[in-house]
Amino acid sequence: MARKILNIIFFLLLCAFAAAFIFPVAVILINSFKAKFSISQSPFTIPTGNDFVGLSNYTAGIRSTGFPSAFGWSLFITLFSIAAIIIFTSMCAWYIVRVKTAYTSVLYYALVFSMIVPFQMVMFTMSKTANVLHLDNPLGIILIYLGFGAGLSVFMFTGFIKTVPLGIEEAATIDGCSPFETFWLVVFPILKPTAITVAILNSMWIWNDYLLPYLVIGGDYRTIPIAVQYLKGGYGSVDMGALMAMLVLSVIPVIVFYLSSQKYIIKGVAAGAVKG
Amino acid sequence: MEKTVKRWFPIFVLPTLAAFLIAFVIPFIMGVLLSFTEFRTVTDAQFVGFSNYIRAFTDDRLFIDSLIFTVKFAAVSVIGINVLAFALALLFTRELPGTNFFRTVFFMPNLIGGIVLGYIWQVIINGVLYRFGYSITSDPSFGFWGLVVLMHWQMIGYMMIIYIAGIQNIPGDILEAARVDGANAATVLFRITIPSVMPSVTICLFLTITNSFKLFDQNLALTAGAPADRTQMVALDIFNTFYSRTGYEGVGQAKAVIFFIIVAVIALAQLWLTRRKEVES
Repeated sequence: MARKILNIIFFLLLCAFAAAFIFPVAVILINSFKAKFSISQSPFTIPTGNDFVGLSNYTAGIRSTGFPSAFGWSLFITLFSIAAIIIFTSMCAWYIVRVKTAYTSVLYYALVFSMIVPFQMVMFTMSKTANVLHLDNPLGIILIYLGFGAGLSVFMFTGFIKTVPLGIEEAATIDGCSPFETFWLVVFPILKPTAITVAILNSMWIWNDYLLPYLVIGGDYRTIPIAVQYLKGGYGSVDMGALMAMLVLSVIPVIVFYLSSQKYIIKGVAAGAVKG
Repeated sequence: MEKTVKRWFPIFVLPTLAAFLIAFVIPFIMGVLLSFTEFRTVTDAQFVGFSNYIRAFTDDRLFIDSLIFTVKFAAVSVIGINVLAFALALLFTRELPGTNFFRTVFFMPNLIGGIVLGYIWQVIINGVLYRFGYSITSDPSFGFWGLVVLMHWQMIGYMMIIYIAGIQNIPGDILEAARVDGANAATVLFRITIPSVMPSVTICLFLTITNSFKLFDQNLALTAGAPADRTQMVALDIFNTFYSRTGYEGVGQAKAVIFFIIVAVIALAQLWLTRRKEVES
């Protein structure tokens, strides 16, 4: 009986916590339909009468930030960077595990080392390098994301490849497979769970990344975080209504992605944390 | 077999290696070298020895203040987040209804980007403070606690997931045996549960400390350092030193090297602690 009462108390506690977690997102949603001058003064009321402005905040926000193109660039950069990271770092990790030389172990430790270096350490010199090499465009930034994502990705792939028995690969080689075929036809299918984890960890980072794209391509191409920051920092008085609408539009794709692949995300994040 | 694989180096390794050199290795080495020079555009660098490192601390108090602010912020956030996340993880093991729903909700903020998170909380905190005639930039302590609340909201769900995994790994028969022996809930918690999840604790401490130290986007969006740079964390101070002041590029790079060393020491300490624990067990 005492346990039952305790469980009810704990359940209510969780409900209160959950409400506190949903509340901020709900506030933004409500305010995105409110007249802009009422937002900073009374953000916690439901818009009624004159305060209710329908979708006009959305149209104003989309016009001043160019949201559809920001969404397009975010999607383009995230998808192609993830594809490049999965394809190239998995191959690199396999080579590092299978070819044991001084060079490969130096490369491996350099990659692991890069994981602990804060971005500010290389931000200035990296954006200069990108500029000199003409990588300051949406295609070039994919190469930069491959370089920055390589540390964690190679680390996670090598951890898994070490557990793959050599026998399978040798059998494939005897059957006449080249290393390229052996890797893609035999090894990579076994790596799929790790590949999903690597894809999720990197997409959470790249989709939300602000500073790197701002420094490298921010002048000409805006991703979603840059568009939101531009709205706020761009000119003197901030259109709060447009800002609320843009925040809602930025959160929607993330929540859709999260709810559709939640199982993988939570598993992937837990796996990534244990390895990292 | 190794020999045939070696011939495939250009396809297997070269793309990652080239990208890694361009994005990280070259900028890192240049960054270390430039911290000992004075420069505007990299090519005009003049060697100045350690003067940038001295200037980082002596030209103004911004760097020291941002370091103090960051350490305070990290201390409060790390303790708060881990205690709350662990408590929630314990509740999840009681088989209450709606567990999946709660887990979904608690983890959700972790996926929202720092810039967006910062503005969401700015509206809410300003909305509350408005009733008292203040805004988040009226007093540095508003910005500090605003960042603490934001960080809790973002990280609790993530840490909770790691703690839940740790608690679920405790073998059921140990808990059973303890109960048969008459151990009460507090004894089980302190003698079995907490010692068994120590690996999760180290991971969570490491993640919360490094994430607190490296915080940038949230800081930029929530207060941007206002009022008067007094809610500026280290990462934001380095950014401003580089891009908002001319003639300070070398100082900015020196600050970045110091920042890197601090983060690296924390990471190595964590690695050393984990290794030592593994040897013991």
